[in-house]
Amino acid sequence: MSIANLTSRRFLLVAGLLLLLLVFLATFPLYTSRSDVLVLTIILMYIILTVSWAMFSGSTGYMSLAPAAFFGVGVYTAALLFSEKWALLPLPAVIVIAGIASFVLALLVGLVTLRLKGIYFAIFTFGLVVLIRQLLVFWELQIVGKRGQHVIAVSGDTVYYVMLGILVVTLLTVYLIRRSRLGLAMQSIGGNEEAAAHMGVNTTMVKVLTFGISAIFMGAAGAIMATRWIYVDPVIAFNVFYSFMPVLMAVFGGMGQLYGPVIGAAIFAYTERALRLQSPYYYMLAFGIILILVILYLPGGLVSLVPKLQNKLAGLISKFWKGGKAEQHANT
Amino acid sequence: MNPTIVWIVISGLMNGGIYALIAMGLSLQYGVARVINLSHGEFIMFAAFLTWTLYTGFGINPLLSAAISGPLLFGLGFLIHRTIFTSLRNRSPSPAAFEGNSLLVAFGLYFVIQNVALLIWGGQPRAYYYLFHGVELFGVTFVVNNLIALVISVGLGAAFFVFVARSRLGRAIRAAAQDPVTAGLMGVNINFVLPLCFGLGALMAGVAGLLASMCYPISISMGMNYTVIALIVVALGGLGSIPGSFIGGFILGLVGSVVAHWQPALSMVAYYAIFMFLLLVRPAGILGKA
Amino acid sequence: MRILEGRDVTKSFGGLAAVSHVDFHIDQGEIVGLIGPNGAGKTTMFNLISASFPLSSGEMEFKSQKLNGLKPHQVCKMGIARTFQQVKIFADMPVLQNVLVGAFFGTPARVSGSGAAQEASQALDFVGLSAISATPAKDLTLVNQKRVEVARALATKPELLLLDELMAGLNPTEVSEAMGLVRKIRDRGITVFMVEHVMKAIMGICERIMVLHHGEKICEGTPQEIARNKQVVEIYLGEEAHAGS
Repeated sequence: MSIANLTSRRFLLVAGLLLLLLVFLATFPLYTSRSDVLVLTIILMYIILTVSWAMFSGSTGYMSLAPAAFFGVGVYTAALLFSEKWALLPLPAVIVIAGIASFVLALLVGLVTLRLKGIYFAIFTFGLVVLIRQLLVFWELQIVGKRGQHVIAVSGDTVYYVMLGILVVTLLTVYLIRRSRLGLAMQSIGGNEEAAAHMGVNTTMVKVLTFGISAIFMGAAGAIMATRWIYVDPVIAFNVFYSFMPVLMAVFGGMGQLYGPVIGAAIFAYTERALRLQSPYYYMLAFGIILILVILYLPGGLVSLVPKLQNKLAGLISKFWKGGKAEQHANT
Repeated sequence: MNPTIVWIVISGLMNGGIYALIAMGLSLQYGVARVINLSHGEFIMFAAFLTWTLYTGFGINPLLSAAISGPLLFGLGFLIHRTIFTSLRNRSPSPAAFEGNSLLVAFGLYFVIQNVALLIWGGQPRAYYYLFHGVELFGVTFVVNNLIALVISVGLGAAFFVFVARSRLGRAIRAAAQDPVTAGLMGVNINFVLPLCFGLGALMAGVAGLLASMCYPISISMGMNYTVIALIVVALGGLGSIPGSFIGGFILGLVGSVVAHWQPALSMVAYYAIFMFLLLVRPAGILGKA
Repeated sequence: MRILEGRDVTKSFGGLAAVSHVDFHIDQGEIVGLIGPNGAGKTTMFNLISASFPLSSGEMEFKSQKLNGLKPHQVCKMGIARTFQQVKIFADMPVLQNVLVGAFFGTPARVSGSGAAQEASQALDFVGLSAISATPAKDLTLVNQKRVEVARALATKPELLLLDELMAGLNPTEVSEAMGLVRKIRDRGITVFMVEHVMKAIMGICERIMVLHHGEKICEGTPQEIARNKQVVEIYLGEEAHAGS
């Protein structure tokens, strides 16, 4: 099946475009300003969060509200291991460890909640941000004695390239999983979990593993972002906004295809960057309203419009083509 | 009697009363309308700020202002369900899909309500003083407004419990909670009962918010904590069981009080520990069906 | 050889016994029917065998291995597959993908990609769906969706196949085709245990029939014996009008 795809023209076209895009992104800092690089860095970060979220929640149907928690864990891992007080480890190691820490947390949460009904999972992940934040505030106040951490600053370009690297790895991982057995198992769980279990799928293990994998890149992204923020405290690091945005972006973009969350993330990340300073409350209000409207009226997201657009386009082209031919006939 | 114990028990009951109220409200919304209302705490916050405005801006006694904020919040909840969630229910291909989608819609509502509140009141915390004098009880001094909050929450909770257990409408509610489709076939007007329950849940959030504004300073971000606590209590009490939420609220309130006496900053951690223990041992909850 | 055996099988929900102290056995190569009025406990029996939920008491063994305490995916890998009374296909996935799930995960040994693909297309061929393997399952007619369920179950390479009301909702032609399919399955060496309301099918292909009533097994025998049994006739006097026999 897939061998025919590999050599098809369409695949080569898409691969070529992606390569071009990658070259563009890789050379971006060379011809743009520092603030543009920062904006793109944040857009890339949101794409990572969104694609990771969609990988699990989009295919299994279990709504996770934990991205902010995993992201925050990544941020604080960097804060603790890459702080100005003691640079324990080099940056690459910190990022990997942040990913692992988020992975472990996700496994724990998954093992406790994913063998039960989806509502427990939703409740647990929703409150996770609050829980960890409270724990850290307590720890900083009582044990460390000082609130907040200072992270070693890293150049904007480095942050950008690391984020780009994490994004590439994320997209590759999600793409490969989608086409693998694990991806098939996840889809079957989303289709009908009971039937999947009766066809031999170890549903709990699949869910827990996939949930864990989805957390890795969120943590890694958090770790590198911390070096951009420089100062972090529990309230900054653990913000439910970072759970909301991936959901909004994935739902808006549509989870039927891999590029859906990417497009959704790009649109909203850019909009958020543009509006955040002007009217913070208004745009957040608008985002909330948009999420509700999209779920109600366009549950498949933008991606679900593509087949309709393709049909319309094909119809227009054939009309145009037919019209041209008719003229030709008329003139002879 | 040991004053420490008196303090722990009474303040535990005070918090427990509020927790029981908001948990029963959430339980109604989930048990009947099948909506996991993540924006529940925002209704609480909204009512709290409304009460503050009515008192500091218009001089209306907080307890009396319930006559305004109560129906307002009920109406808001009823409307929101009648428009948004009913529409979602009709469009969702399956109950499981509806649960997932309504969760996300409620998440969106969380942001909508919170930012509307920010636009109205701004980001500063507020407080007011009403019935702020002390009274002695069993050798310990308590603030009157706290005690009134306790009485009201327990009273309202008990009254509501009786209402659901005895009244005709209560029976319709219980039927709809069991099986909305069959209840509809048996003559229960589902398109009325479901939004009604959602509205009642919002009403209880409203009362809780009013009481909270009397006893504590309020901030726009206060809602999420309450939502998480309500969710935990609902799970503890058995996902949709009104009596379970009532009892569970008081249990959590007492636990919180004990923990707060030792280390106030760790109350949420304690609640989560209980939650995790519950999930591992008996997910159905205290009064839930296994 | 006994392939499936149950002793004193009981399942209660709350205070109600859905299945009550049932002793039964299935021999290899048989086609056994399970009938009874609505609410008799038939689907509960299937759910107990496939481990949808645990027994309240009693024992069940498949090829001398205890089924108590297992999870559904483990039971499947042991060699028991099933279809569902309310069709549970993976609606948004193409037919082939549906069957691939069974092919990949239904066997204890790890299956290669090409091995699974082969198994899946064979299963689809067997039930006659090869032509529409790319169609999303939700776009299929009911009878074809049921075929997908059967193919998916067959792809798990079972030794025992549980068919839960396969014929429900099918017209007489489709029922005959389904009967033929069940015979073909048995001829492949797979033991069949089927719950059915459609009398024509039960009487036509089952070698042995068990009758459940209020959770208890009230009798067992060949189709002829069952048809003559006074108790069974009494129970079904009202049901025959519905059974479409």
